[in-house]
Amino acid sequence: MIKQSRCHQAELLVIGSGLAGMAASLFALARGISVAQVGNSGVIAFTTGYLDLFGHDGRSFVDDPWQALLRLREDEPLHPLANIAADDIRAAFTGFTHALGEMGLGYSAPGARNLLALTPAGTLKPTLSLPLTMQPMIAAMAGKLDTLVVDFIGLNGFSARELAANLAPRWPGLHAQRIGFPDMDSGAEVYAEVMARALEVPATRQSLAERIRPLLGSAQALGLPAILGVHRPDHVHRELQSLLGVPVFEIPTMPPAVPGVRLRELFETQLPQRGVALEPQHRVKRLELGSHKITARLEDAYGEVTIEAATAILATGRFTSGGLHAEPNAIRETLANLPVVQPKGRAAWYRADYFDPRGHAINRAGITVDEQWRPLDAAGKPAHPRLFAAGSLLAHQDWMRQRCGAGVAIATAYKAVECAAQTMRYTSSAPPHFERT
Amino acid sequence: MDAQTAGHGQVFETEVLIIGGGATGTGVMRDLALRGIHCLLIDRRDLNAGASGGNHGLLHSGGRYAAADADTAAECRREGDILKAVAPECIDACGGLFVAVEGDDPEFAARFPEHCRAAGIECKAITPAEARALEPCLSEKVVAAYTVPDATVDPFRITLENVNHARELTQSIFLSHTELERFVVAGGSIRSAICRDSRSGETISIHARQVVNAAGAWAMRVARLAGCSGVKLLYSKGTLIISNARIGARVINRLRAPGDGDILVPGGTVSLLGTTSQTVDNLDDIHPTVAEVDRLVAEGIAMVPEIAHTRFIRAFSGVRPLLLAAGAAADGRKASRGFSLFDHESEGLANFATVAGGKLTTFRLMAEKTGDLVARRLGNKQPCKTETTPLPSGDAIRWTEPGFAPRYWAARREPGGLILCECEMVPTSAIDAIVDNAPGAQSQMSLNAIAVRSRVGKGSCQGAFCSLRVSSHLYDRQVYDSPEGLRNTRDFVAQRFKGVAPVAWGEHLPQLELAEALHCSLLGLDHLADDRVVDDSAQQAPAGVQKP
Repeated sequence: MIKQSRCHQAELLVIGSGLAGMAASLFALARGISVAQVGNSGVIAFTTGYLDLFGHDGRSFVDDPWQALLRLREDEPLHPLANIAADDIRAAFTGFTHALGEMGLGYSAPGARNLLALTPAGTLKPTLSLPLTMQPMIAAMAGKLDTLVVDFIGLNGFSARELAANLAPRWPGLHAQRIGFPDMDSGAEVYAEVMARALEVPATRQSLAERIRPLLGSAQALGLPAILGVHRPDHVHRELQSLLGVPVFEIPTMPPAVPGVRLRELFETQLPQRGVALEPQHRVKRLELGSHKITARLEDAYGEVTIEAATAILATGRFTSGGLHAEPNAIRETLANLPVVQPKGRAAWYRADYFDPRGHAINRAGITVDEQWRPLDAAGKPAHPRLFAAGSLLAHQDWMRQRCGAGVAIATAYKAVECAAQTMRYTSSAPPHFERT
Repeated sequence: MDAQTAGHGQVFETEVLIIGGGATGTGVMRDLALRGIHCLLIDRRDLNAGASGGNHGLLHSGGRYAAADADTAAECRREGDILKAVAPECIDACGGLFVAVEGDDPEFAARFPEHCRAAGIECKAITPAEARALEPCLSEKVVAAYTVPDATVDPFRITLENVNHARELTQSIFLSHTELERFVVAGGSIRSAICRDSRSGETISIHARQVVNAAGAWAMRVARLAGCSGVKLLYSKGTLIISNARIGARVINRLRAPGDGDILVPGGTVSLLGTTSQTVDNLDDIHPTVAEVDRLVAEGIAMVPEIAHTRFIRAFSGVRPLLLAAGAAADGRKASRGFSLFDHESEGLANFATVAGGKLTTFRLMAEKTGDLVARRLGNKQPCKTETTPLPSGDAIRWTEPGFAPRYWAARREPGGLILCECEMVPTSAIDAIVDNAPGAQSQMSLNAIAVRSRVGKGSCQGAFCSLRVSSHLYDRQVYDSPEGLRNTRDFVAQRFKGVAPVAWGEHLPQLELAEALHCSLLGLDHLADDRVVDDSAQQAPAGVQKP
């Protein structure tokens, strides 16, 4: 293979390909900004597909996230979501779910209240929006409908019986059955993603419907693990519903799972079609913050890649995605060596009790930003006039305990793009010419 | 000898009640069963819940004690040889090295072979270069090295084999989660032991002709319940850390007076670096700390520099129950590693015995001496047979061995079945065998109980992911049938976390973060309802359901 170095130029460089990075690219496209994006989109496969805004306030699960966010302004003024107007958050969520729908992955419209969605263990998770393939679970549970949940021989870690046993107190009409998946019923392990791709074939849907139909009995709704296709889930979902004649809903399986794979593949195919120069499987090796341009260097299978942009958004995530790294006694930011707000010493990172409702101090560590969402340096000044940050890398939030992962990602991406766009307006030099390679 | 139901509680009758399910208690159980005696073994938690499960699994050559305590050293050597012969499947005869590095006391090193000779321990001097050829991980700064016949033992396997063998021989019984509350004493003997099932809250009365206290660190408490104050123990907390991969082929000991971070013991596919020593007053809430981990790493680097960059997957602590001789200094490093058998006759009890102190390596000898006393009191003339009788293995008790599950999986003939624990390759069939037939299976087999009897939760994920798959399987098998099962899983991962947090840095931290995302953000294990949810729509909808 001949190696060849290439150079992309864009108005905005998005570093990171998790939910925040993907949202940033979509918001930038909507503003007509040219985008180059780099990231190793590993963790997006760990999402359930649920888009939560703010689900737990430290005392209890939150019914009205908008009210809870008003209280957050009092209780946690440094929290990223306490620094974004409700209208902006609503516009961000609506814009993001709308864009997903346009690209072929339908989501319920974000509303005024949280929805309680099913987890694979039969517990409930508050969320603001969920995929259309999962949405019928809400009405089925509210109406306590006689509902059948089917699981599959060989599908590891998804037990319809577990779901039913844990939901029994609130949903007594839910019952469980196990069947073999068409052509994958030898007893060996089967994989949700393989089943999902198989269900994109009409004949497989037909066979699956035939296996399920005799079990339905008086059931008014059917729950399945999330296996209804990867690329056209809404279509697969509609087809299966019409074959079976009852509402069908998906339940997320243990991640990494199909709903996350759908998002990843959607972004990886759709963003380049919309003009984003996307390097989805690579990390930026070096970031140079020059006075006129920001330069990112990386290497892919074809050689060195240089990306030059006027502005950049850092959305590299936390430890799992590599945006933060933990030395034995200190946490550092990995790409721009930004100062990290953190507890002093490893002994202060975690509380003694894993499930302490106050959460662990390490999860609120991160980088801090100014009002323009620009990361601050050690002196408390913006590290660069046109470098912005978004997503879970930001300090003063605990997305895991507060159930605000998607909320932080989408809303801060919206604001970071807005601020980046404002600087472009005032940049004296002409915007860099955008090239697709 | 079945349980009878009397009043609200269960009543058991047995010849010998043994308190404490560690290596010693289970050793006594097997020793007596080999003499034809029926035993009932109880533990307030489960097998190996104390020091027998909280150690480095070293089968001492005796080298560690050669300088300070020749008797214990010689005892270790003899017992090590016996166990290698009767329980080879539990032992890795990997050998050991004692190494001194620059700055260590040269006098101490020079006298080592002489001390070993006195204790009968085979010890050979090798050059530092030879030592590094044997163990390339050793520091360039090694200045003296000796080989000794150290080995390692799987303490879980050997305990399970003890119980299993006793069960086969005399239908002896093991009851987990059975906490002793009081003894009924009359006429110079213990008439019954009143216990409580800590899970159901039910009372259990046990009538036994003889009672053996093998409660390890808790032996002093148990003796006091019988009105005996002669048992005096010093509690020495020891912390160890487990690496992600095996570091040395052999046991590597630091050749100096015992101190923190002076031993690196292989354990199948991993290594254990130990051990701290800190005197504690309280046996509850014993957990490793960040400071202890940092000290172990700092000291360990002197022998094996790569420890600076090693990924550790877990820290754990145990409490050494050390015998406190009258007037002895309260220093855990210097206290005796020997054991004592108390017959309590001078305290007015004719059917009570306490065996205390000692080491994992010498558990068989401790059991032999206790068995001799108890058998004599029962008029049983059978001699001890544990010195020569091999320990039998079995389907339900071989899953604690590192590397066994992957070999089993690779060699299986029938297709099908799932791997529930990916780190350690534990298949559904292993869980099924344990649930059906492992010691303790008569009571409900929880995730915790399965973890004691297998490698589940012992790999690099430390149970974060496999616990959820095993739980689902237990629901499928209807071992779990209510939200209680999920609470059990929550408690299991919370317990594992205590060992993971002190070593969470570098590559290990992302794993812990991912686990928390799964446990809290997705599954909501941080806010499981502890009471059964009342079927009340108004109350149950804190996040009011939106009509789609």
